[in-house]
Amino acid sequence: AALKGGMRFQVSAALREGRVTPTELCQRCLSRIKTTKFLNAYITVAEESALKQAEESEDRYRRGQPLGVLDGIPIAVKDNFNTAGIETTCASNMLKGYISPYNATVVQKLLDQGAVLLGKTNLDEFAMGSGSTDGVFGPVRNPWSYSRQYKERSVLKSHSEDEEANWVITGGSSGGSAAAVSSFTCFAALGSDTGGSTRNPAAHCGVVGLKPTYGLISRHGLIPLVNSMDVPGILTRCVDDAAVVLGSLAGHDPKDSTTVQDNFKSFELPNLIDVSKLSIGIPKEYHAPGLSSEILSLWTKAADLFKNAGAKVMEVSLPHTRYSIVCYHVLCTAEVASNMARFDGLEYGHRSGMNKSTEIMYAATRREGFNDVVRGRILSGNYFLLKQNYENYFIKAQKVRRLIANDFVKVFGSGVDILLTPTTLSDAVPYMEFIKEDNRTRSAQDDILTQAANMAGLPAINVPTALSQRGLPVGLQFIGRSFQEKQLLTVAKWFEKQVKFPVIQLEVKKHSHGVSQHQKSASFS
Amino acid sequence: AVARGCGGFWRRVWQCGAGVPALAPRGQRAVACNARGGAVPAGKSGIASWVPVVGLEIHAQISSNSKLFSGSQVQFAAPPNSLVSFFDASLPGTLPVLNRRCVEAAVMTGLALNCSINKKSLFDRKHYFYADLPAGYQITQQRVPIAVNGSLSYSLCIDNKMSQMVTKTVRIKQIQLEQDSGKSLHDDTRSQTLVDLNRAGVGLMEVVMEPDMCCGEEAAAAVRELQLILQTLGSSQAVMAEGQLRVDANVSVHHPGEPYGVRTEVKNINSVRFLAKAVDYEIQRQIEELENGGTILNETRAFDSKLGCTVPMRDKEGKQDYRFMPEPNLPPLILYDAKSLPANMNHQQVVNIDWIHERLPDLPSVKRAKLVEQYGILPEHSFTLLNEDGLTEFFENVVKQTQMKPKKVIGWILNDLLSYLKQHSLTAKESPVSSFLLAELLNLLDKKEISSTAAKQASTFLILLYVLAELWKAEGKTCLEIVKEKKLELLQDEKELEQICQAVIDGQESEVTMTVVG
Repeated sequence: AALKGGMRFQVSAALREGRVTPTELCQRCLSRIKTTKFLNAYITVAEESALKQAEESEDRYRRGQPLGVLDGIPIAVKDNFNTAGIETTCASNMLKGYISPYNATVVQKLLDQGAVLLGKTNLDEFAMGSGSTDGVFGPVRNPWSYSRQYKERSVLKSHSEDEEANWVITGGSSGGSAAAVSSFTCFAALGSDTGGSTRNPAAHCGVVGLKPTYGLISRHGLIPLVNSMDVPGILTRCVDDAAVVLGSLAGHDPKDSTTVQDNFKSFELPNLIDVSKLSIGIPKEYHAPGLSSEILSLWTKAADLFKNAGAKVMEVSLPHTRYSIVCYHVLCTAEVASNMARFDGLEYGHRSGMNKSTEIMYAATRREGFNDVVRGRILSGNYFLLKQNYENYFIKAQKVRRLIANDFVKVFGSGVDILLTPTTLSDAVPYMEFIKEDNRTRSAQDDILTQAANMAGLPAINVPTALSQRGLPVGLQFIGRSFQEKQLLTVAKWFEKQVKFPVIQLEVKKHSHGVSQHQKSASFS
Repeated sequence: AVARGCGGFWRRVWQCGAGVPALAPRGQRAVACNARGGAVPAGKSGIASWVPVVGLEIHAQISSNSKLFSGSQVQFAAPPNSLVSFFDASLPGTLPVLNRRCVEAAVMTGLALNCSINKKSLFDRKHYFYADLPAGYQITQQRVPIAVNGSLSYSLCIDNKMSQMVTKTVRIKQIQLEQDSGKSLHDDTRSQTLVDLNRAGVGLMEVVMEPDMCCGEEAAAAVRELQLILQTLGSSQAVMAEGQLRVDANVSVHHPGEPYGVRTEVKNINSVRFLAKAVDYEIQRQIEELENGGTILNETRAFDSKLGCTVPMRDKEGKQDYRFMPEPNLPPLILYDAKSLPANMNHQQVVNIDWIHERLPDLPSVKRAKLVEQYGILPEHSFTLLNEDGLTEFFENVVKQTQMKPKKVIGWILNDLLSYLKQHSLTAKESPVSSFLLAELLNLLDKKEISSTAAKQASTFLILLYVLAELWKAEGKTCLEIVKEKKLELLQDEKELEQICQAVIDGQESEVTMTVVG
């Protein structure tokens, strides 16, 4: 009965009808993970436990008692969520080999509903980055780099057959999760979103990326970047699937005091959607410097789609958005400085051999355990929190954050239902180009269109929209009112139907050779 | 003993202070203290006079089943690291969940200390690296604490005979909720540090007192009164020996009319007696240092109870910047009163200040006043009754069971029973002589069935009575029967009495020892 809504995990229907068993499905995904290993999307593949979970699911189906739509569905989880019994590394030397004794609430909820956990996906160290290039296990490769669409349109231009020079980044920091969904190794993945870390890679990898309202989903067990902005993100192939996963995760968690007390009612998205009564806001400040002309024209076309369907489309202003980057920098680094203080080598994680004194051990542990990006943010954060700087930086940034959030309140108060913006400034750039700039510059540029939603705690979603001239995905972002996920996803689903984003034509066989080599170099680098 | 020990010194100090007019807020207190001193020549410098200023920060461990932000049990002396949740060990991804009982304890304490309770208070992170602070920060209430602007009245005697008491008031700046740290045990021989996280995350109330005190005795009296209040409320067991009440004293001295001097903070004070000693020592040290042309460093010092002096602490070198930051994982703590309480709110989920206020027990000051009024005893006697654990109940039980006037009963209890108990380090609850037996004895005395001479040998008598009770208990004999049997009626001869006691004790030595110990 739950399936009549249409696209909700189409594979779920196949499982129910017995066309495929959970074990077969799991094995197919595991073998797909192997053939796409060169993408470096996974840090840990939990083959054994995944197969065991699949077997249990199979039992339930056999008895005719599946737990729900998610039963038997293979999923992946970003490696900054705690998973009992499976390594949780945050792509950092600090936590290499760390096995948590507990499951994050979101992981537990997925497992409780029968989902099969395939493994943990790659990211920037401690989710600090926008490329998924700065983790200790090496960069994630965008599956679209190996798509027929990209090759046909770009390789000719570059006059080079060398894929090593042309592969593009996934965006980040949840690049592993986005690549995992995009390359069909799993049906849904969890990411985290602090400044755009779910929506940005979703846009670059051509998948749906949902950042729910702050407080709707438990953060318990998510290793924090910025507690006041972090939200578990959902990456799926389509909007309907995102709604299913959201429904299974949302709700109060007694272990996270920042989750809302109200009961969450999970919802199904209608198939017939009327957008004619909607008011769509186009924030003019999102015409940010560096916005590619392709994306600008796609954005305009999207607005026209709504106009033509009878919606009211109007330009709105979010005047403080332009201060978002610098404000975010202060708030983010301050919380990072604080959150990272616990990694001292005593209770868990890496501990340096230098143990002449406790202080020397702390310093060496943290120098060896964290990369330059993390250490840099810790340093600036501590600077902003110093007594003599606190008022000038931290307090000011908090005030600016309030102004940014108030902009949204005003716009939504004026009758706008949903904001439509680009997700990224351009399509994904080649890795070789990306690393020319440092992490800080990149993060500042890449989060520019996504960050404000985190400042205000609002729900936002990336919907894959079209391919760029180079044959790479481009997405647009919808930002909704707080806790109005149903409306947001309904609009996103309507839009998704209109744009008919193409399916990736991934050519994997050729690469299986280069894969093992890459894996080796990645894990020992 | 403390005050007497440095009496000469005090006289020097305060004699000087008394002569100077217009001492602003401090002066009065200096003069008040001086009343004890009497006229004694000034110190070396002749003209200089000093006003000591003492402020206290008191950490009271909240009496609760579980910790402030986790479900781990709270228990003294459990096996190391047996009461540690994932949150207490600061495992990545864990979040704090506020314990309602701790909030109620703080509200109760705030109300008892005449504070205004903040309906909205906030939590902050205070950062420093230490082995027994696993998260690298302590969650505390720096910006907006749960209770502010209170006061505590306490009394102390101004002469050694306990006959003249003065009541003083110290302002309470604030009460904040915060986490306790773990414990580090330094093993110097193997040069390693062992960490026990059982205490990490236990709820503390930090009571910050304004620097309204001026000597060790005042500080000690204030802390003793606070301890009684906490114990009456049940918000903390406040046993100093078990670290449930820890006092840091801020001490400075200055000349009258001048700004406060540089202060030192004396830590690690684990008894009321040591507090008085530590503060007085520190005042004396600072005065001597300054009079010898030295300066006072703004430093943390520890009290060495064996040497009876304060020494600089090594671990806090340099300036600490705690880099305070709002705790992002805890929403503001909202409290309600009858007026603001939303109608549809589940009362299990909210803390109602008025509800707590209505249920506050009688505080020590009220209890004392009632004792004085009801039994006609002297105020200072009411202090002694409350100061000794269980003694009030004992007294009231005896009064109930005897015809003797309470005024007379109190003498027997404070002079004879109490000194006996103290000699044997027993509390009233552990008294080998039950209130019933003592009442019966006093009845005999009152009815002149035994001589008061015999009764005056009370401590001996009580032991005897106790032994007798032990011996005859099984046969269900009464006190009177025992007295008659042992021919104690109007017994005149002390020696004879002692002989009887001795004979009894000799005969039943093992039993006596056992019961006294037990």
